[in-house]
Formats: sequence, C-alpha cells, structure tokens
Amino acid sequence: MSAVTSAEPAVRTGWRSPAFARMLRALLPALSLALILIAIAWLNPRAISYFGFNLMLNLAIPIALATIAQMFVITVNELDLSIGTFVGFVGCVTATWLRDAPLLGVIVLLASIGVYAALGALIHLRNLPSIVVTLGMSFVWQGLAILMLPKPGGKAPDWLQGFMSLKPPFVPFPVIAAIVIALGVHFALMRTSYGAVLRGTGGNAQAIRRAGWSILKTKVTMFALAGVFGVLSGMALVGITTSADANLGNGYTLLAIAGVILGGGEFIGGRVSPIGAVIGALTLALAASPLLTFMHIPPDWQVAANGAILIIVLAARALISRREADR
Amino acid sequence: MRLDGVERHFGAVRALDGVDLTVDSRSCVGLVGHNGAGKSTLMHILAGSGRADRGRITIGGHEETAYSVARAQKLGIRCVFQELSLCPNLTVAENARITHASLKGIGWRKHSAALIRAKLDEIFPGHGIDPSDVVGDLAIGQRQMVEVARAFTVTEDPLHLVILDEPTSSLDAHTAGQLLAFVRRAVDQGISSILISHMLGEILSTCDRVVVMRDGKVVATDTASAFDRDRLVATMGGARQRDKTEAAARTRGETALMVRARPRGQTAGAELVAHQGEIIGLAGLAGHGQTRLLLDVYGAAMQGRPGIEVSAPVALVAGDRQTDGIFPLWSIAQNIGIRSLAGLRRGLLLSPEREEALARSWQEKIGIRTPDLDNNILSLSGGNQQKVLFARALGSDARIVLMDDPMRGVDIGTKLEVYDLIREEARKGRTFLWYTTEMDELENCDHVYVFRNGRIVADLAQSELTEEKVIQSSFEESGGPATLRGHAS
Repeated sequence: MSAVTSAEPAVRTGWRSPAFARMLRALLPALSLALILIAIAWLNPRAISYFGFNLMLNLAIPIALATIAQMFVITVNELDLSIGTFVGFVGCVTATWLRDAPLLGVIVLLASIGVYAALGALIHLRNLPSIVVTLGMSFVWQGLAILMLPKPGGKAPDWLQGFMSLKPPFVPFPVIAAIVIALGVHFALMRTSYGAVLRGTGGNAQAIRRAGWSILKTKVTMFALAGVFGVLSGMALVGITTSADANLGNGYTLLAIAGVILGGGEFIGGRVSPIGAVIGALTLALAASPLLTFMHIPPDWQVAANGAILIIVLAARALISRREADR
Repeated sequence: MRLDGVERHFGAVRALDGVDLTVDSRSCVGLVGHNGAGKSTLMHILAGSGRADRGRITIGGHEETAYSVARAQKLGIRCVFQELSLCPNLTVAENARITHASLKGIGWRKHSAALIRAKLDEIFPGHGIDPSDVVGDLAIGQRQMVEVARAFTVTEDPLHLVILDEPTSSLDAHTAGQLLAFVRRAVDQGISSILISHMLGEILSTCDRVVVMRDGKVVATDTASAFDRDRLVATMGGARQRDKTEAAARTRGETALMVRARPRGQTAGAELVAHQGEIIGLAGLAGHGQTRLLLDVYGAAMQGRPGIEVSAPVALVAGDRQTDGIFPLWSIAQNIGIRSLAGLRRGLLLSPEREEALARSWQEKIGIRTPDLDNNILSLSGGNQQKVLFARALGSDARIVLMDDPMRGVDIGTKLEVYDLIREEARKGRTFLWYTTEMDELENCDHVYVFRNGRIVADLAQSELTEEKVIQSSFEESGGPATLRGHAS
C-alpha cells in the first residue's frame, strides 16, 4: 500500500473543494438567466412587467417541457434527436384529432408514448446507438406530421387555448408553470427512492445491475417519461400558437439539448438537474428573441447571436468543470 | 455454502475447471492465486452475476438451480467487487439505497443515511465521510470504505456471507487493519466471509482456512495455521519444471543502451534498462504499473520526459485490441500500414501499391490467414487480428517494440509463431519490452523486472528466473514494503 493511494479525506470546504465547484455549476444557470434579465431590463425597462413576462416567456413553456423530456433521456446516457419533430407531430395531432375526435386523439397520443417506451427497450436490448435510432425516428415523426397536416392549419381545442392563456393574479402564468415543472420533476427524479436508481443507471449501469435492478426497466421508464413530456410540450405549443404546422417543433431538438447542458447537466454520467434544465430553457427562450430584438439585432443574425450566447455560457461551465476535475 | 465441480469456459479457455469450495458458517476463507487462476470468475458465480457452465451450488443445504443476483441477495450473499461498483453521481446514502430494495417511501433518505453512517462508524471509526457526500467527490480509499460498509448493511434480507475481492487495495495500513478486525468480529457474529487478497499476510492473519487456486482449479485447502508464506507461494506456483534450453547466456551491456526508465512511483533504486537486441519482460500481478511504464516510455519517445531515456523510435502493440489496437472500419492492409505512413508516401499522397507491398510481405512473414488483404480487419479471427498489430509494429521503422500483454485470449498456435518471430527480430537487433501476465512468455525474455504497486521490486536475469521467484516478489511481504531483489545485474 503506497502513500499515493491512501485514503486522504477530500477537502470539504473552501474555494478548492469539489462541493464549492459543484455549487458554482449549480448557480451558473441561475446567474446566466439573471444576466439576461438585467440586460433586458436595461435595454427596455417596460419589458419587466406582468404583461412583458407573459409575452416573453410564453414560448418558454413548451421549450422547458421538451428540455425536461431530453433530460430524462440524457440521464441514462442516451440522446434523443427526435424530440423536435415529435413535438411537431403531437402538435398536429392536437390541432386536428384531439379537437375533432378526442377519443382517437387521446389514443394516438398514448400510443406515441408507447412508441417512445419501445424505442428505449429497442436501444437497450439491441445495444443500438440512441443517436442513430432517434435520428431515424425524427424522420418518421416528421413524415407522419406532414401526412396529417400537409399545410399549416388545424385549430387547438378550446380548453387547451383557454388553459394556456390563463391570467393568474400577480405572477404571470409562464413563471408559475416553470416553477411547477421544475419542482415537480426535481422531486420525482432527485428525491424519490426509485429516482436514485434511475440516475444511478447513468452513473454506473453495471453497479445498478449487480444490485439486482433491471436496466431495461429504467431505460424504458426514462424514454416513456420523455414521451410524456414531449406530448405535454406539443400540446402546450399548440395551445399558445392556436394552430399547427408539421415543422412547428423542428428547432426544439437542439434547444432541448442546449437547455439540459446549460442547466448543469452532462451528456454522460447521470449528472442532471431538473431545476437547472428549466432555467436553461428559460434562458434560451429569452436569449432567443426578446433580448436580441431589444438589442436591435436584425432577425437574420439572431440565430447566430443565440449560438454565441450559448458558447459563452458553456465555456464558463467548462472552466468550472475543469476545476472540479483538478481536485 | 458449497460449490461442487463448477466449470466456466470462455471460448476455448477454461477459466474454471471443476472447482469445489465449501464455506462453513462462522468462518472466514482466504482465497489466493496468481493472475488468471480463476478467483474473480468464481466470485462472480457466487454473487450471481456470472453463470456456471457446469456444477452445483448448494446454499444452506438447498441446491440452487436458478441462481441470480436477486437470489443471492435473498440468501444473504453480498459481494464487494474489485472494480468499484458505486455510482459516482449519487450520494453515499443514495448508493446505499441502490442495494436495498426495501429502502423506499417517505423518509427513505434519512433511513439510508443513518444505516450507512452507523456501519461506517462501526467499521472505520474516524472515516470522515458524510452520507450526503457525492461519491465522485470522495478519495478512492473513501470510496472503497463506502463500498465495504454498504456490503455489511442489513435491511430486510439476512446477511450470511460477504465476498471481499481485494478490499484493501486502496486502503492505507490503518484502515485496512480496521477492516480486517471488523471481518473477524463479523465472523463471531455469524457472518462468514471470503477474502481475496494479494497481501498474503492479511490472509494468514485473518482467515480460518485458506484455499489456493491455480489454472482454474483448487490446488490446496487447509487451515490458515498450516500455511506459511513460503508454502503459499510454493503452492500457487506449483513445482513445474522448465527446460532452459536456449538460455543463451548473454552478458548484459555489450550492445547499445536503448531504454532506461524508472517507474513513476519509484524515487530511487531499481530502474528498467534495455539494451539493443534484448527481450525484457515486465512481470507481476495485472495492473501494478506495467502498462503505465510502457505508455511513459512511449510518451518519452514522442517528446522527452525526465527520468526516461529512449534512444530509438518505438512502436506499441496494444493488449486490448478492440479499444486500443485495430481500426475496425479499415482493411487489413490499412491497419498494417498506419504506423509507417511516412514510408508509404509518394509525393503528397499515400501509395496504395506500397501499402499493399508492405502488407503482403508481412502477411507471408507472420502468416496472416486471409484470402485478400483488402478485406475488413474484422473478417479475421482474434489471433489473426493480433498478428496484424504485430505486423504494424514490426513493419515500421521502430527499433524498440513495446508490448502490452498482447497475447491475451490468443490461441496457442499463434502464440508460438509470434514467439519465434519476436526472438528472430531480437536477434536482428530489435529491442522488446514485453509486459505479460503469463509465466510461459517470461521464459522468452532475456531479463525480467517484477512490478508491484507501480514499482520494480525484483530484477531477474534469465538464468535465475523461476515462477516461484516471480510470485514471491509479486505478493507483498507481510512485514512491510521490503524490496525483494534477485542478484543485481
């Protein structure tokens, strides 16, 4: 036994401790959101109001839901490249069948969650790369969506439109929705006993298997949850836009991945944060258009500017992670 | 608990060849053996995570037919594996919950934290670990403490037998002592254990009985008091006779010096020296710094490193060919040519003809069995893939070839062919550094260094090489880190 491998206790407090680095990483999404809010307030003080938040954050809810869906998949070390077109597909179902033939609509949406669960099983049992399987599925969802709505149209069910345009007193609806989503998922994934097993699958699948749990079950659970939140995202999106289009959610795939990473998650290792992911989604939604519009950046450049913001935040995260690895 | 005639095969390799093992209640059994003796395979079968091809498992008088991890847990059998099986992204308490299906419902986090904290306090007083610490933040020794403590926690299933596979490998002397004392206390409380360790002193002082394995068989079982260190070592090695026919008694240092290196863990004393035309063996238990040294030598050849002298180009033959060796999408010829691209160039481009010619000449020399060198590398058998890796290194301009246990899982026919080739190349003036876990391969070497814990602990010339000496040096001397040395060269 050499001195190199002796069990020296890790530094527990202070600047160089891993706990401090982890706290920094947990705070980073909140910090970046605060920075963007400050910038908006400085550029356009009137935007910081009940009405302003309602308008700016409206589209953040479906993005947050899609981000959570992606986060479930990332927790078990997989990646879902089909979430965007899946959201579009759900939007088309919502704007047509769910309104005209509710029973059929509900069955189709439940079946699509079942497809997600089956994908999880397929990926695990055949040991397939999830990127390939979900990339393939993204074309399937897109194709189905185009079959249903060859051109933009349809109409959201009235109850859904009504729900999405709720005007609760004092606090804007999108803010309440974000808090409910974040805390609900945080409790389910981070606090329940089975949540520990689900996250453990991403950390060390072999350890979970040796302890007698089924990896198949954890992966199917996570993919099914991704399907559930994908459905919620599509419905929320149509509730806001009131009509659907087959290409409605195409941008969501990358936004959702970026949201998870921005929120402090990592691609592998089961390290995710539901609260961070929702904050990441809000940050992206605000940085996407309100901030840039206020900065008078022409729409042609907004996508690129959005990417630049992402790179800056992720670079800050990489610095913090390096500090963690250094210890 | 009893095992009768358990066999396990991996392809043509018999990892376990009819093992009988009995563990009585209230006893601690020590299990020792050299590399590849089958200890770990046996433990996986006991823990339910490995399957026996043949044989019977009897636990508490019942023969188990459908044995599995879940069944083992029900029967109160736990295992602390050599590779840590904690989830680094979870807290200590959450990791404790993973092994206890009954820790759920409201308040599970508190219960789990209390459970693991109590056990840590009991086994390792003064451990300095909090149940809310994330495992990834803990030092390696602390992780091992958590893993051990977790195995001894009890909720609804009983606990009868804990298998500890090298539990002290990352612990310092103090915590290792705490653990061994606890194992004895647990035995008194009715929890049996199987202790696998390369620290023979631990085995002799802690266990009631000692079982020695070699080549997938149990070769000796006796009470611990009947063994001493020398008898253990002799039993592990067996009394095999070797024919030292062609031990060409060469005096060292006649040819030019090619490599001089000192392992990182070593501050003074032995260093590895290789001269031109020598085959140098790196021996010892797996994972004790041999691969690290090879990679350091490789790195030093690319850009200088203090403490390592390398005076010629090097090439590395990887041991784990699937991850470190082959390019799975490339053809056989491309896989051979990759180390020699500079010589295969015509102008700015690679010349397919030259690549083809290089591959063809080595196909004949080394006997790669394929109809067409343009076939994908994966069309070859494992042994032939390994030959391709040898051809890649030997076909290059490297004068020094590093081999990282390259014969793992290769059939004996291929091995013999490659041994001949290596000797022939050495006669022509190439130098080989050969890390191997097999005794037979060391006999091809002119000089052998034995590694333990990242250090060179013995330095044996071909004439004084015996299996017993290698094993003697590979296992820790019970009285502290004594440095065993053969006659210094």
